[in-house]
Amino acid sequence: MATSTLARVWHSDLAWSFRTSKTALISSVLLAIMFAAAIFAPQLATQNPFNIAELELWNSELPPFWVEGGSRQFLLGTDVQARDVYSSILYGLRLSLIVGFASVILAAVIGISLGLLGGFLGGIVDAAIMRFADVLLSFPAILVALLVNGIARGILPPSQHQDAAIYVLILAIGLTNWVQYARTVRGSTMVERQKEYVQAARINGISGPGIMFNHIMPNVMGPVLVIATINLGMAVLTEATLSFLGVGMPATQPSLGTLIRIGNEYLFSGIWWVVIFPSAVLVALVLSVNLLGDWLRDALNPKLR
Amino acid sequence: MMHPDDRPLLEVSGLRKSFDLSKPFINRLIERSERQFVKAVDGVDFTIQRGQTLSLVGESGCGKSTVAKLIMGLSRPSGGSIRFEGTELADQPAGKPAQLRRRMQMIFQDPYASLNPRWRVARIIAEPMKSFATHPDPGKRRKEVDRLLEFVGLSAADGDKFPHEFSGGQRQRISIARAISTKPEFLVCDEPTSALDVSVQAQILNLMRELQRELGLTYLFISHDLAVVNYISDWIGVMYLGRLVELAPAAEIFAKPQHPYTRLLLDTVPDISMVNRDMDRPAGEVPNPITPPPGCHFHPRCVHADARCKAQMPDFIASATGHARCHAVQEGRLSPIAERAALRGAV
Amino acid sequence: MTLLKVENLTVEFPSRRGTLTAIEDVCLTVAPGEILGMVGESGAGKSMTGAAIIGLIEPPGRIARGQILLNGSRIDNLGREDMRRVRGRQIGAIFQDPLTSLNPVLTVGEQLIETIQTHLKLSRSAARERAIDWLRRVGIPAPEKRVDTYPHQYSGGMRQRVVIALALCAEPRLIIADEPTTALDVSVQAQIIALLRKLCKETGASVILVTHDMGVIAETADRVAVMYAGRVIEVGAVADVLRAPRHPYTAGLMASIPRIGEKPDILPQIDGAMPRLNARPEGCAFNPRCPKRMEVCARLRPDLVADAQGEVACHLFSKELAT
Repeated sequence: MATSTLARVWHSDLAWSFRTSKTALISSVLLAIMFAAAIFAPQLATQNPFNIAELELWNSELPPFWVEGGSRQFLLGTDVQARDVYSSILYGLRLSLIVGFASVILAAVIGISLGLLGGFLGGIVDAAIMRFADVLLSFPAILVALLVNGIARGILPPSQHQDAAIYVLILAIGLTNWVQYARTVRGSTMVERQKEYVQAARINGISGPGIMFNHIMPNVMGPVLVIATINLGMAVLTEATLSFLGVGMPATQPSLGTLIRIGNEYLFSGIWWVVIFPSAVLVALVLSVNLLGDWLRDALNPKLR
Repeated sequence: MMHPDDRPLLEVSGLRKSFDLSKPFINRLIERSERQFVKAVDGVDFTIQRGQTLSLVGESGCGKSTVAKLIMGLSRPSGGSIRFEGTELADQPAGKPAQLRRRMQMIFQDPYASLNPRWRVARIIAEPMKSFATHPDPGKRRKEVDRLLEFVGLSAADGDKFPHEFSGGQRQRISIARAISTKPEFLVCDEPTSALDVSVQAQILNLMRELQRELGLTYLFISHDLAVVNYISDWIGVMYLGRLVELAPAAEIFAKPQHPYTRLLLDTVPDISMVNRDMDRPAGEVPNPITPPPGCHFHPRCVHADARCKAQMPDFIASATGHARCHAVQEGRLSPIAERAALRGAV
Repeated sequence: MTLLKVENLTVEFPSRRGTLTAIEDVCLTVAPGEILGMVGESGAGKSMTGAAIIGLIEPPGRIARGQILLNGSRIDNLGREDMRRVRGRQIGAIFQDPLTSLNPVLTVGEQLIETIQTHLKLSRSAARERAIDWLRRVGIPAPEKRVDTYPHQYSGGMRQRVVIALALCAEPRLIIADEPTTALDVSVQAQIIALLRKLCKETGASVILVTHDMGVIAETADRVAVMYAGRVIEVGAVADVLRAPRHPYTAGLMASIPRIGEKPDILPQIDGAMPRLNARPEGCAFNPRCPKRMEVCARLRPDLVADAQGEVACHLFSKELAT
């Protein structure tokens, strides 16, 4: 059974499209490397950049090893606090991906639920959800995230700001990105709701939630997958932007965005490596996520097949 | 007190359904437009005896599919009554009351949309049995699914497949298996063969006849195909713009059509036994149902229409063969036309 | 004399699971002024044949073999520009859905005038006159007014009349009509059939009428070609094929159509379904479903053989010829 399922997946149109698309292959290999790097950061890193005790101040501002004055101990150099840039990137990547994934999941759960509810029930519920979504959409996402962030900081006592930062970020990004899911899911739900298999379920006394989750939801998830993939890139970027602006991850627990902000301050003193390497990783991450999302969208589009 | 078997299984009377097509309130206020309603079903009466088949025929927009939806509770009637074995169902939603709705099932037109593409066939067929708790035990339920699959001409192994692995005709068989899984007595069939190829249509029609004989089913059959309806029905109702215009036994309605619209349909349906006959006659088209013509809705297309037809809606009263809604028939203005069977025999 | 001659036409679709043959060795002829019906169930290749003749096969599909001759010259190997000139001027097309065949943002008149001026050397005012004349001929009331209205202002039946006018206005010799009445109601369908027949008589144009509806064929066509699994299996005069079908598939198909006035206990049926493109059986494609199947049928594919009554591709008849 397991082998036949595997075989079916391997022979499916999606798998075939994946195997023959260079873009999809390259970007997923890149992503796999970055995921592995993030997961195994403690093993791969040469030092723990969060641990102040490990930092030796005389190692600060060292260039990458191939530049004169560099050391093989610090492959990509160190920053002003003597943190190893290579290790910081591994840990920063980890944080960025955690925030990205968690906020995408949060946004997807909220968006799918509200979209299903609005599309299935219609009427006032639908109008209320969609008008609220419209209002949210009329603000730039970063502004809403800043707002959520500000409110959370206002509510929480200052002593907890650092520990809560990651949750606040997830919440802020998640709450700004659900609209897209809700709109897509609502549209598909309104189409599916009219289909005869849903009518058959109603005739057989299946309840509203039963129809929504067992019947309609599996049929509207295709586009959600595409949005989620593309949104992962967006979420990582939003996190980086917030952190760059100083309202994201604190300097003691740097994400990629925080690293870029810190590096940016020293860019003009010639310490280019502190900002260039995290930025390159961020670009590679977002680019490969988006390329994969684009491929997925095309592969799932029956018209282009 | 009537014997329970004498009583029709389904009694529909004065059934009405109008849909609100009005623009949103703000638009109406600005444009000063009235609310708009379309009367999809406008006072339909019929009964179906146990074990018989009644078909509703008509062109698109005549309301025949809406009648099917109203009976199954998929849409709420604006008025009238639907009684199943004497129990009023007009105010009940789909699936309720369960012990009664279990006995009514439906087969749909589109074999591609009527099965959930993400579900395996066995789960699809088992759903009604699970929901109505006719087979609460999962093991027995699966056995029943296998039996049903073989009963409709598929194999038990097909239960593990997904709908897209089947052809249109096979999917319609799956749909039928699902519909009969709760051992219903009454089946609404909404154009079950119109999406199928001719040779497959014959298979499905034969299967439905066989089911009727073996399980004693009662059918309400919806179709636009007169020949299919002629094959499957005991009674036939012809609908036009939301109303029944003629209702008569199947054997008589095509042999001695009363209403001019029934005659028009019979004259214009392409027929393989009528090679190159002359069909050039001005017959017009079905008018917009939002603004139906006054009086008899059919009068603009009717060669027999007079002043009364344009002003006054005819009642649905007894005719030579059944019931008809036509002033000309009631006044005896229509020439009784030659029996069509004789006409066709000449070809 | 023939207007159109299709010889051994084969259309293939390369796919990742190998090459699919949509139609294979299709041979047809159409005489001037003739209405040839093409029937078959969905997937039989009847629409594909029509599309191949007007050069509208969607890529990656391609004509792999055979040729199409219109008035004796090949049109299957023409370039895109040349084919566009042939289309419209020499071959007109009518499709199933009248709404998608018309441009919604142009008036009916503009569309007619554009087509007329593309193919005929006429001044704009003359072309307009001709457009109004065509609307009158297809039965549009008050054509002088309706010429300046948009497609959405017409009903379904009237729209299909406009499509017919559009197909005929450049005076083509051949019209491909693909399911022209399928989207229409019964009573309107009859009017369109009658109109098509009348106009062909008047203009002398030939029609290839592609449909799944035997009734429409019976009422419209002079000759009929029956397709099954990508091949033409029987050709003959409509009356002959409908009343005395020879190929077991045609016979089964004709018998399985319910008829008004007849009510058998069981409709004769052909078991099974037409094979999918990628699973066509060896030999005669119909052999697994055939009630008269012989040993040779699973081995050898019968060719379309002409005799006094028409053409049929079945070993039952090829054997008779041999002995």
